[in-house]
Amino acid sequence: MDEKYTTKTLLIELFAICLGILFLIPFYFVIVNSLKGFSEILLDAAAWPRELMFSNYAEVWEILNFPRAFLNSLIITVFSIIGIVLISSMAAWKMVRTPGKISSILFILFVSAMVIPFQAVMIPLVKLGGILGVMNSIPGIIMMYFGFGVSLSLFLYHGFVKTIPLEIEESAKVDGCTQFGVFWRIVFPLLKPITVTVVILNTLWIWNDYLLPLLVLQDASLRTIPLATSSFFAQYTKQWDMGLAGLVLGITPIIIFFLFLQKHIIKGIAAGSIK
Amino acid sequence: MRTEVDVDGAYMEKRKKSDVKAKRMSRIKKILTYAAFVGPALLFFLTIQIVPFIMGVSYSFTSWNGVSSAVEWVGLDNYIKIFTDDSKFFNSFVFTTKFMLAAVFISNIIGFGLALLLNIALKTKNILRTVFFIPNVIGGLLLGFIWQFIFIKGFASVGNLTGLSFFNQPWLGDEVTAFWGIVIVFAWQISGYMMVIYIAALQSVDKNLLDAAKIDGASSVRMLGSIIIPLILPAFTICFFLTISMAFKIFDLNISLTGGGPFNSTESVAINIYQEAFQNNRYGLGSAKSILFFIVVAIFTTVQVMTTKKKEVEA
Repeated sequence: MDEKYTTKTLLIELFAICLGILFLIPFYFVIVNSLKGFSEILLDAAAWPRELMFSNYAEVWEILNFPRAFLNSLIITVFSIIGIVLISSMAAWKMVRTPGKISSILFILFVSAMVIPFQAVMIPLVKLGGILGVMNSIPGIIMMYFGFGVSLSLFLYHGFVKTIPLEIEESAKVDGCTQFGVFWRIVFPLLKPITVTVVILNTLWIWNDYLLPLLVLQDASLRTIPLATSSFFAQYTKQWDMGLAGLVLGITPIIIFFLFLQKHIIKGIAAGSIK
Repeated sequence: MRTEVDVDGAYMEKRKKSDVKAKRMSRIKKILTYAAFVGPALLFFLTIQIVPFIMGVSYSFTSWNGVSSAVEWVGLDNYIKIFTDDSKFFNSFVFTTKFMLAAVFISNIIGFGLALLLNIALKTKNILRTVFFIPNVIGGLLLGFIWQFIFIKGFASVGNLTGLSFFNQPWLGDEVTAFWGIVIVFAWQISGYMMVIYIAALQSVDKNLLDAAKIDGASSVRMLGSIIIPLILPAFTICFFLTISMAFKIFDLNISLTGGGPFNSTESVAINIYQEAFQNNRYGLGSAKSILFFIVVAIFTTVQVMTTKKKEVEA
């Protein structure tokens, strides 16, 4: 609250930096030990490696089939998000612009479903997925993410559309724009700030999701990063040299994504929660 | 004259008809556009969330095992069994509730504390904000594996270096410490997230108000208690809502860190349901458990939102 930088502020700053280092220590342990041989890890986990063993990574890269898992995660995340953004922004806009009983009932339905825990849906979903023939397939799981993602995203879009003045759309309508024209050319670009939030929240969720892929994707070739890592860990229990290299590989993509977009992510998270 | 009127009347009639027709056409067009915009979202939502949920309710009254096509109606048997003869499920509920209470308090205290720290004009505040938030972008599954290593090997080596008995315990091998182990990792993951929400709220507090209070001689603690916290109560509602629902539904972190052990002492409700359905192949029983789980989650979250909202109004 003080604007001046006093000795007290300096002490607080040092304390905060210590806390920051404390937060990062687990990463130090994981990265340092991922570059050691197995016996060296057992000897002393805190020490710096005597010799950097990049061979751990080379081996794990093969065993995990990392490029495959990365690509699967990427395809699933990207296409799920494109779909979620499209269907929820369109629906939210139309619902706000068509006030009435149907719109408000639908809105309540979409939003109240956020209370349903995934566990209360997953058992029949596996059965239903089998009937619809969407099990064990990447397009299948993408469509499931559409269904699960739509509640929160529609809720966020709904709140945002209300803040957009009607006049802009009306002048476009007078100019002879169709409904789709109005939406795509005028409304959708205006939704950009909330679209960023929707994309970020859904990316963090879908990229890291474990249970839905575990239930839907059985083929080893379809595994996402969390799935590949967990089955790898089950095979190499307590073989830390391999396990840690696998973990570092697993967390790298999402950490890079975060560091590149951190400003947007932190802003988007705050905006998404306050709404 | 008469014919003229007739012609006029017929003309009006015709016009009225085409008016009605045009109105009907535009109404149909309106409905179709509405369906085109809202339909896709509704279709996926109903098929993926609502239909399975309703199916789940009906499965909970059957003895379905997931394989056989003959699904036998058993009435309330599953529910009776859960309440009278399933101590494992009951224990998982007790664990999850205890865990939720500990996790919600600790991660909100840390998150709010960090937010207060970073609300001061520190030179490193942007970097620190990033640092505290990082654990949150990693999924619970991988975090659990990371901390498995920290608890087993990392803590042991820190214990050797410092001689502190805190680090020399069999963390994941003991019921009490395994419980706190999960709480620690959850707090490590979530407090950065809570911090971001609290920072946003703190920044919205009117600076003039604080300056005025300071001139009046209010201490920092007093200002925090009487001005800042009442003003940002909505942020507390959000953070409590988020942490309660995340902690109560814990699965990924739990399964990779302790796998429910030792001796099932850290088995969350979500894990119990998963195992009942997909490992014991008792889909009917699993469905009944999941419906109970839904009811509890729904009650928890509504009560929590309602009470905090009420406080907001009073304040």
